[in-house]
Formats: sequence, structure tokens, C-alpha cells
Amino acid sequence: MTNTPKGFSRRGVLKTGLAGILATGVSPLIFSKTSWAQEFCNAPTGDAVTLGFVMPLTGAYADEGADQQRAFMLAVEHLNGEGDGGLIPHFSSKTLKGGILGKKVAYVTGDDQTKPDAGRDTARRMIERDGATMISGCSSSGVAIAEQALCQEMGVIYMAGLTHSNDTTGKDKKRYGFRHFFNAYQSGVALGPILGEAYGKDRVAYHLTADYTWGWTQEESMIKATEALGWKTLPPVRTPVNAGDFSQYLTPVLNSGADVLILNHYGFDGVNSLTQAVQFGMKDKQVNGKKLELVLPLVSDLMAKGAGEAMKGVYGTGNWDWQLTDEASKAFTKSFGAKYGQPPSQIAHTSYVQTLLYADACERAGTFYPPEVIKALEDFDFDGMGNGPTTYRGSDHQCFKEVYAVRGKDNPANAFDLLEVVATASKESVTYDPAIFGGELGPDTPAMC
Amino acid sequence: MSLFAIPRRDLIVLALFSLVVLAMPIWLQPLGAAYPALMQKFVISAVFAIGFNILFGLTGYLSFGHAAFLGVGSYTAVWSFKLLTMDALPAMVFAVIVSGLFALIIGYLCLRRSGIYFSILTLAFAQMCYNLAYSVLTPITNGETSLQLTLSDPRVIDSALAPRGAGLPSAGLFGHAFSGLEGFYFCAVVLIIAFFVAQKIFSSPFGMMLRAIKSNQTRMNYTGFNTRPYALTAFVISGMYAGLAGALFAITDPLAGTERMQWTASGEVVLMTILGGVGTLVGPVIGAWLIEYFENIFSAFNEQILHRVFSWVPEGAQDFVVTIVSKFVGEGWQLTLGLLFMLVVIFMPGGVMEGVRRIVSLFNRPQRRDPGAMRVQPAE
Amino acid sequence: MEAILAQLLNGLDKGGAYALIALGLTLVFGTLGVVNFAHGALFMLGAFCAVTFRMLITYETVVQDPTQVTAWGTPVEIRTPLAQSWFGDWGAVLIDYSVPLSILLAIPVMLLVGVAMERGIIKHFYKRPHAEQILVTFGLAIVLQEIVKSIFGPNPISQPMPMALRGAFDVGVWIGIAPDMLTYPLWRLLYFVFSIGIIGAVFAFLRFTTFGMVVRAGMADRETVGLLGINIDRRFTIMFGIAAVVAGLAGVMYTPLLPPNYHQGMDFLVLSFVVVVVGGMGSLPGAVAAGFLLGILQSFASMTEVKSIFPGIDQIIIYLIAVVILLVRPRGLMGRAGVMES
Repeated sequence: MTNTPKGFSRRGVLKTGLAGILATGVSPLIFSKTSWAQEFCNAPTGDAVTLGFVMPLTGAYADEGADQQRAFMLAVEHLNGEGDGGLIPHFSSKTLKGGILGKKVAYVTGDDQTKPDAGRDTARRMIERDGATMISGCSSSGVAIAEQALCQEMGVIYMAGLTHSNDTTGKDKKRYGFRHFFNAYQSGVALGPILGEAYGKDRVAYHLTADYTWGWTQEESMIKATEALGWKTLPPVRTPVNAGDFSQYLTPVLNSGADVLILNHYGFDGVNSLTQAVQFGMKDKQVNGKKLELVLPLVSDLMAKGAGEAMKGVYGTGNWDWQLTDEASKAFTKSFGAKYGQPPSQIAHTSYVQTLLYADACERAGTFYPPEVIKALEDFDFDGMGNGPTTYRGSDHQCFKEVYAVRGKDNPANAFDLLEVVATASKESVTYDPAIFGGELGPDTPAMC
Repeated sequence: MSLFAIPRRDLIVLALFSLVVLAMPIWLQPLGAAYPALMQKFVISAVFAIGFNILFGLTGYLSFGHAAFLGVGSYTAVWSFKLLTMDALPAMVFAVIVSGLFALIIGYLCLRRSGIYFSILTLAFAQMCYNLAYSVLTPITNGETSLQLTLSDPRVIDSALAPRGAGLPSAGLFGHAFSGLEGFYFCAVVLIIAFFVAQKIFSSPFGMMLRAIKSNQTRMNYTGFNTRPYALTAFVISGMYAGLAGALFAITDPLAGTERMQWTASGEVVLMTILGGVGTLVGPVIGAWLIEYFENIFSAFNEQILHRVFSWVPEGAQDFVVTIVSKFVGEGWQLTLGLLFMLVVIFMPGGVMEGVRRIVSLFNRPQRRDPGAMRVQPAE
Repeated sequence: MEAILAQLLNGLDKGGAYALIALGLTLVFGTLGVVNFAHGALFMLGAFCAVTFRMLITYETVVQDPTQVTAWGTPVEIRTPLAQSWFGDWGAVLIDYSVPLSILLAIPVMLLVGVAMERGIIKHFYKRPHAEQILVTFGLAIVLQEIVKSIFGPNPISQPMPMALRGAFDVGVWIGIAPDMLTYPLWRLLYFVFSIGIIGAVFAFLRFTTFGMVVRAGMADRETVGLLGINIDRRFTIMFGIAAVVAGLAGVMYTPLLPPNYHQGMDFLVLSFVVVVVGGMGSLPGAVAAGFLLGILQSFASMTEVKSIFPGIDQIIIYLIAVVILLVRPRGLMGRAGVMES
């Protein structure tokens, strides 16, 4: 079950991926007794190692999921020594030389529907049926936390995709779960000063918050960051994920006395609430003698594209941007753009990097045995992945690197030139004491599936 | 009639059913479905569908809100894991009791109406449960993030009996944690017991009474007979089955998410029951398996596989055939399911079971009536 | 005060959508006695008429510009919609107003879909129990949404509103409050006006045309009308088509507010049934009144002041009202006694 993606379209790629599923699904051979008798869950036995990619292909974050899938395909291609190698030549660790530990990389893909239950189900299927040695993906923290807990139980490494909640590497952190993406706390640190500079110290903020772990922690971090500036905060309003029409939540904003609206929404939710807010005339409204401002603390190119005009001048933060000028970022954009005809978004970047990091950790550990791979990843320092020098902190499995404050561009030069990086928060400034978020990693004992 | 004495015919059905369920790891192998997660789903959905059928199949009341009880069962079970012990039995007992109570309250109110009003009442209650679980009840349900075990859970009984391990415990029985296929076999045994209970209900005087409600409630009422307590009992039993299924989901994977309470999940159990054969004992089980198989295996068929399947078709036509067929498999599996469902409702309201019966009767001219099976006559 | 008025406006625009969907549903139930679970899917199909229309008129030609190069080394592509290259500025206007213009496409398409649905499937279910009607239309709803998914993909497709109709309208000035105190999105106000227009048209059609009179007579007593030698079945078929058009137009005009996706119909379905039972099964004025009532109540329940007294009320208010109505007064607000009561 080796898959070599050749197609360009998302659909074609998806179908190739599914071939792997079926090869195992229909042939009874794979599910033989030997899979129980190995020393750890899904030790690769043949000449291939299977990675499981779970992402939202439907639901509120489906746009992100599609880009994530493109990145995974590209990562597999580069790991197998095909294409231009993307970030591999720039990566500070020089172990990747085609395949992982001499095995060809195969993969299976699946849909998490942007729902924790469904995501966990898909991940479990990949581990039990397809023999996935590593699971990666997700663009919702709810899904990440659910899948990460499953992987801890099953003894399979989980390389989280886009998850921005503080809980993923805080309260709910797991020994088998790793996050390259930044978190809400770091968004607060990066965005706070910019907002203070642009909008002053005397502001009243109104929060609309996606009602789950990510929304909750981002709201908390943003309140902390903005209140440190001297802003006041009105009681936050929680909205369901995939609410679609946000008008009933937006209507009260205009008469609340707030002069900044902070939208803790992501994916289509973020696009919808932002465009609807602009339809409400919130961008040209004067409140308390000041211009009413909109803030989208976590924003991606895909959202900026979806929101179009509405995004112009709106501040947010990002993990990475394709217009960064370092060599690695340029190489990745080139490689991705050449294959798909569009630049990679931040979720594509983080998913690609996570796949490479896992492969590299296996190479450095010299084995797929998870406790050794975990050791290789913990406190690993690397560079050349587009975010400058980066550390995978061992105590909470969070990556520390530069974080970017971005702003919707007023005059885009082309269809993809949507966000501009306005400030870079240094690695040191976004580093925090892991104790503030609590949680326990748990043991690294391998399970037998 | 003593509690465990059952007619020979029922005994044979039960024995065959048990055999089929317990041998799943063998006969599902060539179908590509013999992995624990899917087999557990097969078994648990069957419990859910059997329970739903006790209400819909016997009394004709079409509930569009049964997922709420499933969700309640899951949440109760996870809380039992978190607070008391990882043992499966207390979790199941609590789940059945709590979902039974929910069913009692909701059923008492909903059964004041019948027909479409009943369906919409159950739908409205289920959506309320879902929306509350999603929003203000997040301290209990953890909302969209879904309820999980954590290392800091008290687990009073477990920690009194044995020192805590380093990681998260998994559910088990009498101190033995399930691993591998054990979880499946546990659920399978529960399914067989659930099937046996349903058999008893179907053949009991109570079951006859429920069928009478379905065929003509007005007449029953005119004879001075109050049907509501019977319908309510059926509703509660069926809610308890749903709660049990919810608990089993939590036992096999200790996580409870709100989406299992959404009305589309209720719709799915309706699909299962109708597809298999409403009002029959085995039908809902077949329906449940069919849908789970569709959702998990059929959905993985892709164009490459189709090209292999249709390799006998001449080159030029092959692409065309594959393009057409690929719309119905893989990602398009729900389209096939919807079409199949419509065909069943239009032409074969008795579901797969009616189909089987029609085929059997073709060969068996002197028609014998299956006592457990009857043609659907949903209530007005 | 302004806060309450703003919330009222929000309720009216939500209510407009609810009322339109419930109106179509009630037309079908009132005339044909069919409980149509596929009605939400008709709303969704209408929305995708707008998508299709826009796709047709924005069909693009792609020219590569070798003087400009992207970050990955390929020439920049310049895309020009055919409509624009053919009709120049008029083409641009055409594209700008694609959503309102797609009504022209939606009316015949939805009429056709409605009639085909009735002749093809619903017709065979008049004599069968309501439970089976629910089941077959539920199946149909799944099929329709899956077809749309396989054509248009799973993601929402945004439909921009015309430039001139973007932004907010100062309602405050208009009703005599100080300027900038009460503003509301223009398109949402239009949606309300539009829904009132459609509702008025349907009522006028039933009230003042012979066709409508016959249909109303048929609703009251189908058999007698049939005995008079009037082909009531054909008229009912057309009514089904009209109901589909109403749902479809509600969908078309909704697209700029919420990018349509394939499961939009299912999201609206539960809601529309709730509206119908609150209004009273089979009562057209009831459906309209209940639509606006529930829209307004839902909007008010979302106010912070209300939520602080009843936490979570914004999430359940609609269902709560439905439950209370069904238990206390099953005929609904304006339903006739005896309709669907057991």
C-alpha cells in the first residue's frame, strides 16, 4: 500500500489516498494476528511505514482541511525523495534522505468533520485497520484534544495540525501529543502591543467567542493581553461552532458601548462573522468618539480570501506567512505553489513541518519505537523551517518560535497578497512558564493498540 | 410463562443470532470490517436500533429524538468513570437509570400527542437537550470540546482499591481492563442479552398490547382501555436501550461529544430500523450493520478500485461506467444510502426482512407466517 | 431603546426567512396533506440556483501574463469573465447583480423541480400514513443534498451582494431617532421587504384569482370540488410547484447573508417544522405569524440582559415554545380545530 500522489487536484489526491485504505480494508491479510504481537502499536513490518492524516474535509473548518491535505501530500512526496525536497535541504537536521528509516512513506487520509467524536473515530480506524504509526492533522482544538488523548491510549505519536487552544499543550497535554503551531497565549503576547499602538489605551472590547476550548482560551488570553493595555472588557458572548448566521449576536454590539469587537472565530465561522459584522456597518461606525475596530486574533490566508474586502485593515496573528523572506519560507512557497498553483497557508506549513519533524525524530532515534521518538522530539532545537530557531519544549510539547502579527492588506498586489506581517514577536517574548497552564503529560509506556 | 422459558423457535433464533454476533471477527474478515472499532460500532448500533424498534416497531410512534437518550447515557457513563470507577457495570447501570428517567419525563409529555405532533415534540426535546449540552451545560458536558477522562479525576472507588497507574485507565470489568477484542466481546454479550429481552417483550402480553395500540389506538380507547401507560412503558424501555448503547460507546471509547445528541443521529437510527425491517426483531440489527458498513467500508471505494471491478468492460465505456458509479460510492455513499432508503420506503416498507420473506415465500408456496414479523403499519 | 429596536429588526429579518420556508411547507400540507421533510432541501436548491447562475455568468477566460511571475515561478494568470469581455461594463453590472438576477433562473427551475417531485414521488404517498410520508421525503432530502454535494463540493460558496446594497442603512434617521443610533444591514432589510412581498403575492394569488379560489375550496373539501368536475389534482400539483418556488426564492435571497452549502436545507428543516406547528398545521396566516414571532423571540433571547436571567435561553427558545404550544394548544396559534389532532 504505497501511494505516490500524482494528481494535482484535491479530489485526485484524496482518491489516491483512499486507495491505501481499500488495499488494507479489503484484503484480510493485513489484519492478521501478528499485529497484536508486536512490541508496540503498529510497528512497521513491511518495507513501508503508514502515516494517518485526519483533517476536516467537511464542517466549519473544511477550507483549512483541504489545504492541510495538500501539505501532507507534498510532505510525503518530499520524504520519499521526490520533487524538489521543499524544506528538507533547509532543515537544520540533515537526517532525511528518502523514506523514514529506509522505509517508503505511505499514508491514509480521513475526514474529521470538524467534530471531536468523528475525528477520534477516524483516527482510531486508521490505527486499528490501516496500521498507522503516526497520526497527524486537525484544525480544531476540540478535535486535537480528543485525538491526542486517543493516541496516548493507543501508544501512537500524534503530531497536531492547527490547534491554537492553550489547553492542547496545557491542561490537556499528553506525552504522545506534539504541537508545532502557536497558541492563544502567544497570540495575546504578539497582538497586545500592536493593538495598543494602533487603537490606544482607552478602549472597550466586546468578545464573540466560539463556544469550545479554543474560543475559551483565546478569549481569556486576549482579555489578559488587552486589559494589560488598560482596555475594558464587556461580558463575552459565546456562539456555537458552525452557527452560520451571527446576526443575532452582532446586533447587540452596536448599542453596547464597545469600540472594539474581537471575533474569536476561525474558519468559515470567522469569515461569516467578519463579513456579517462589516455588513452591519461596523467598519465605518463611530463609538465613544472613536472608530469602531474589528480584530480577528487568529487569521489565515484562507480566511482572508473568504472574507475578501472585509478583511482589509483587520489585525490578527499567524503562525507563519508565505510572504516571509527567509530562504526556507521562500523554498516552501515555491515548492507548494508549483504543485498546486497557490501559496501555502499557515495550516499547510504547520502540517508539512510536523510530518517532517516526525520523520526526522524517527531517524535521529533510529527506531519507530514511540518512547524513543518522544525523547528525540523533546527539547529538540532546530532551524530552517521558516520560523527561525525553534525549540520543542519537553515539559509541555509546545514549540517556541517567532510569532507574527498580521493585518489585512489594504491594496493587495495580486489575488494571494492578502495579509501583511506587521510585527514579529521574538521566540523569547512568547516563551512562558509551562506551570501556568497546569496539566500532566502522562507516561510514555507504549501500548499494544 | 416463566421468565426464561422461551418457545423453541425463539430459542433457535436466539442461538443463531448469538452465533452470528460472536463470530463477527471471523465472518467480517473477508468483508474488510473485522477491526475492533468497527465491530464495536456494529454491536452498539444494533442495541440502539433494537431499542428504537421496541417503540416504533411495536407502537408505531415515530420518535425523532432518540439520540438525546444515547447522549445522556454516554455522559452518565463517562461521569461514572470519572467519579467512581472504570468498571463497566456501574457505568451501564447508571446510564440506563438516568436515560430511563429522561425518557420518563420526555415520554410522559410527548405521548400526550400522536402522529406527526409526537415526532416533532420528540425532535424539539432532543434539540433542546443538544443545545443545552452544547451551551450552558458545558460544566457537565464540556460542550463541543467533548467530555473526556483526565488524570486528575477522583475515581473514588478505584483509587480506594488500588494505587493509581501513571496513565489514563481504560474501562474494564472487575478490575480487568479491556484490551484488544475484549471490549467487543463484552458489547456482544450485552447485545445478545438485549436481543433476548426484546424477544421476551415481543412475545409477551405486553408486546401484544403495544401492537394493539399501533393497529388501532382509538378502538382501544373506546373499549375503556387507557393505552398511555403502555406506550409510556415502551418509550422508557426504548430510551433505556438508547442509554445502554450510549454507555457502551463510552465503555469502548471513554469520550462523549455533543454531536451524538444531534437530530441527525436520531435520523440515522430511523434509517437503520426502516432499512432492516421495522417491527421485526432481526431487521433493525441488519439495518444497523448495513449502515455502519456503508459508512465505514463502502465509503472507501474509489476510482482505482472501480476500474479493477469494471476491468471486463471495454476500454472506451469503462471510464464512463466508472465515472457514473463513482458518484455513488466513496464520498457519495450517502447518496446511495438515501436512494436505497427511498426505494425501501416506496416499494418494500417492510425493509430487508420483507424482501427476505418475499423470496422465501416464492419457494415456500403454502405461506407460513413468521410470528415475530409483521407488516409495518405506522400509527397515524 | 435602540438596542431593543435593533433586536426587533434582527428578528424581522430572521422571521422573514422562517416565514417564507414555513409558508411553503404549509402550502404543501394544506393542499396535499403531505408532511414534506424535503422542504428544507428545496430552500437549499434555490440557493444553488443562485450559485449556478453566478457560475454561468462569471465563466472566465484565462490569459497568462509573462511579464509578471508568481512566488513559485509561473506566469501570473489574468482571469476575465466572459460576460465582461462580451458586454463590457454591462457585463460587470450583470455580475454585480447576479444574486437578484438569479431569481429569473430560480423560478422556472424550482417550479419544475416541485412539479417533478410531486408527480414522481409525493403523488404515490397521499393515501399512505404520515410516518411514511416523512420517511420518503426525508430520504429524498438526503438524496437531493448529496447530489448537490457531488456537484458543488462540500464547502460553502460565497455569493457577494451587489456593491450598492452592501453596508448598513440608517434606520434611526428614517424613523426619527438621531442619526447613527440605529443602523441595520441593508440587505437584511431588503430580505424582510422581499419576504413580505412574496407572502403578499401568495396570499393575493390565493385570494383574488380563480385558480386560488379553487385551490382554497379544494383545501376545505377536496372531494366536493372533485365532484364538481374540476381537476383539483392538477391544481394541487401546481401549488406544490409554487411552494417549491417560494422556498427556492427564500434560498436565493439568503445566499449573500450566508454562503450556501449542501446541508443548509437540513439545518433549516427542523426549524421550519417548529414554525409550522407553532402557527398551526395547515394555516397559512399562522405559518407567517409564527415565523415572525419566533424570529423576533429568538433575537430577543440572544440579548445579554435576557440571557443573564435565563442562561441558555437563546439556544432553546424556539423549541421551548414549540413544546409548550404543542402540549397546551396542539392546533397552534391559528390552526383550525381538528386538523391533525387525535
